[in-house]
Amino acid sequence: MQEFAIILVSSILINNYVLVQFLGLCPFMGVSNKLESAIGMSAATTFVLTLTAMASYIVDVMVLMPLGLIYLRTIAFILVIAAVVQFTKMFIEKTSPLLYRVLGVFLPLITTNCAVLGVALQNASKDLNFMQSSLYGFGAGAGFSLVLIFFSAMRERLAAADIPIPFQGAAIAMITAGLMSLAFMGFSGLV
Amino acid sequence: MIETIAQQPMLAALIAMVGLGLLFGALLGYAAEKFKVQGDPIVEQIDALLPQTQCGQCGHPGCRPYAESIGKGGEINKCPPGGQATINAIASLLDVPAPELDAEHGEEADVKTVAYIREDECIGCTKCIQACPVDAILGAAKLMHTVIMSECTGCDLCVEPCPVDCIDMLPLEDGIKQWHWPAPQKVADLIATDRTPQEASL
Repeated sequence: MQEFAIILVSSILINNYVLVQFLGLCPFMGVSNKLESAIGMSAATTFVLTLTAMASYIVDVMVLMPLGLIYLRTIAFILVIAAVVQFTKMFIEKTSPLLYRVLGVFLPLITTNCAVLGVALQNASKDLNFMQSSLYGFGAGAGFSLVLIFFSAMRERLAAADIPIPFQGAAIAMITAGLMSLAFMGFSGLV
Repeated sequence: MIETIAQQPMLAALIAMVGLGLLFGALLGYAAEKFKVQGDPIVEQIDALLPQTQCGQCGHPGCRPYAESIGKGGEINKCPPGGQATINAIASLLDVPAPELDAEHGEEADVKTVAYIREDECIGCTKCIQACPVDAILGAAKLMHTVIMSECTGCDLCVEPCPVDCIDMLPLEDGIKQWHWPAPQKVADLIATDRTPQEASL
């Protein structure tokens, strides 16, 4: 139990995929304009991350390792991610049309989120078991959601704030992200 | 079996990738069949009959949500812009008796109107632009606005928000472009029949 807690804390806070490892920055900047869409995006990404961490573990252990094809990990995992995202899209479209309309174009865009591939590759190189890799996937998703929602909440406030002209728009967003990243660096050495 | 394949790296890579591709392809193909989303065909047909003014007088945010509510069994007499003609058309599509227009949602206008902005008085507040459901009003903040006549559906929604009351609803003049043949006088359905007109006339 304690081991699982450590994995979660480590993947959410200490090795946060966005602010510490700088993976998945494109949705972090792109989808953080509105809190509502940020929440939808975080939910979908967490779901996809957990599922791909599981699926890529299975592919890695059942197919790539016995055949000695570890050098094909990257391309095989890209295949897995694309299939999982497409499956998720169909599933959500059928089960929850409302969520599907809210997520809209963000859903297929998760395919190109580098955090998803990053989690799969790092899990494979760390020699984890099935439970641990799915927890890492879920933790990465939760960490992504946490910072994305924080960041979009801040950006909503920044939109109404009195910002000096040279810093308006993307510049202040970059500075905010940098400060957040500095803050998250403070978690290193927590465990 | 696995050892023999593993000894041929090229073959193993080929088999693994093609196998994975086939597996995922099959899975997605199955999912596409299993999770197929079918739109409600009757909603499309009702939506095609509605006037598409997007005026919201029926209490729904637009014509399509209204069509969806009819598809679920809602009232069909809530559309003032379409008037009795639309109610009759929907009633014959759904095979139900045609009710009178519900006065609660507004009255059917006798003549088609378009919005007209008295441009000298317009202060450029953009309130009418936000109200317009079909984006028929052009203009920017503190600049004069104007109505694109061919896009305006005459729904009156822009009249209320205007702070200086400079929007008039003018009757659309019958010019050579708007004129069309009047619909032929419809004789009541004499006998209900499944046969086509050609067969029926024999």
